[in-house]
Amino acid sequence: MTTTADSATSTPGKETAPPPPGNAGSPPRARRRLGPGRPIPFSWAIGPLLLLAVWSIGSATGWIDERNLSAPWQVVTTAQDLIERGRLQDDLWASAQRALLGLAFGIAVGLVLAVLAGLSRIGEGVIDGPVQIKRSIPSLALIPLLILWFGIGESMKVITIALGVLVPIYIHTHNGLRTIDSRYVELAETVRLSRTAFLRHVVLPGALPGFLLGLRFAVTSAWLSLVVVEQVNATDGIGYMMELARTYGQTDVIIVGLVVYGLLGLASDGLVRLVQRRALSWRRTLAD
Amino acid sequence: MATHAGGLTLGGLVRAFGERRVLDGLDLTIAPGEFVALIGRSGSGKSTLLRVLAGIDHEVTSFERLNAPGKVSVVFQDARLLPWKRVLDNVILGLTGPDARERGRTALDEVGLAGRERAWPVELSGGEQQRVALARSLVRDPELLLADEPFGALDALTRLRMHALLRRLCERHRPAVLLVTHDVDEAIALADRVAVLEDGRIAADLPVDLPTPRTPGSPAYADLRDRLLTLLGVDTGELALATDDRATERRATEGEER
Repeated sequence: MTTTADSATSTPGKETAPPPPGNAGSPPRARRRLGPGRPIPFSWAIGPLLLLAVWSIGSATGWIDERNLSAPWQVVTTAQDLIERGRLQDDLWASAQRALLGLAFGIAVGLVLAVLAGLSRIGEGVIDGPVQIKRSIPSLALIPLLILWFGIGESMKVITIALGVLVPIYIHTHNGLRTIDSRYVELAETVRLSRTAFLRHVVLPGALPGFLLGLRFAVTSAWLSLVVVEQVNATDGIGYMMELARTYGQTDVIIVGLVVYGLLGLASDGLVRLVQRRALSWRRTLAD
Repeated sequence: MATHAGGLTLGGLVRAFGERRVLDGLDLTIAPGEFVALIGRSGSGKSTLLRVLAGIDHEVTSFERLNAPGKVSVVFQDARLLPWKRVLDNVILGLTGPDARERGRTALDEVGLAGRERAWPVELSGGEQQRVALARSLVRDPELLLADEPFGALDALTRLRMHALLRRLCERHRPAVLLVTHDVDEAIALADRVAVLEDGRIAADLPVDLPTPRTPGSPAYADLRDRLLTLLGVDTGELALATDDRATERRATEGEER
């Protein structure tokens, strides 16, 4: 990690000759492009690497106090140590299980609610209101109530995560369903699709872009909820590891936890985007 | 006219939007295998009628008789392909049975798109998309084919090719056809009979007794064209001017859409 940061900050060895002033030799002026332009390879890494570079420089020059924020290399050593003792893996596995379980329940419920609300007026009347109300209440504000109902065990944690996941999945899938072109509905009627076939060939593929967008928010929200629920009477998990480190003032362990959260978030978002690209290859959009 | 199985008999159809009766006691009969073109001014209710016959109008006000065949296919003005399905899957949408894919392939071959089965709709030109839509209609062996200005969004050259294709396909499959169009020349080129819709009823019903190929130059063609245009309220004295304007307008607004 430090080496990448170094290479990112080092100045290039060879300087290319600056272009001659004026427009001599340049191609005829094209009209300004309004789309975002050609994709840059690994463009997603630019921001994170820049952040890492600032952090490294700050720590090396002493501009960042070690008691407030450990240096990147200190964090790396601590991470290695945690991995060797097997603690990081154990906690990571415990966290991942909670997150995945919460995600699975949240996605399933959000999807079913969205389809019910999207396909029938009664369903919309019954479901949409409560979900919109839930949306304006942060999941984390529900924790006191959830603790009273479900105790402080695993089920409370998974339910909290699922509740946070459900909302973006519902909102975006429902929106995707509602915005399916009515002309496709007519088409489905003229080719006499059954209810099931209509759902399979028109509704679900039509709502897929919305669903996948919701999934991106949902995955982030799952990791977010995890941080909080693992500080409530947990005995394992990344959040627990960080909470413990706070007690002992180990900023390096806290940073390891943060980095792990960050990497998990980044990796899972990347995964969803990959799925998105595969599943929506029929689309030609501005970003392609 | 006798009604055989496969033809269409429609009597006393009323469709009102609020106070306005767009279709007001409309009668229409199409024999099996007969090609009828329906023309009328814009807003005269051509598309409304077609939507009723296609069964996608769920608020028909009333009708006395409706005898439509079981197998009805629709071609819309836009090709209306599902963008998330490949061409072949669009053609066989809703078909079941083990031979569905094979039938779909045959239909694509018939419209000259063999080999494009795995293309996405966005990869096709406007004309090709409309040919896929035709294949999607024909693969269902329709007894009645309803077409709502199916070539309205195509450029003039593509439109001529599509006319020939549609004519050929209809001769082979012999469905009864109702083609809605605003283009008198298209109606004469394709139909056995031209019906003019006005004030919610069929105001005129003219057979097209012209030898094929129907060349616009012949006196019989010009005569029929004049009569139809007069029925549509176009002053035939202004005709030369009107055709000229229309051609210019068409050139200006249409292009091969992709």
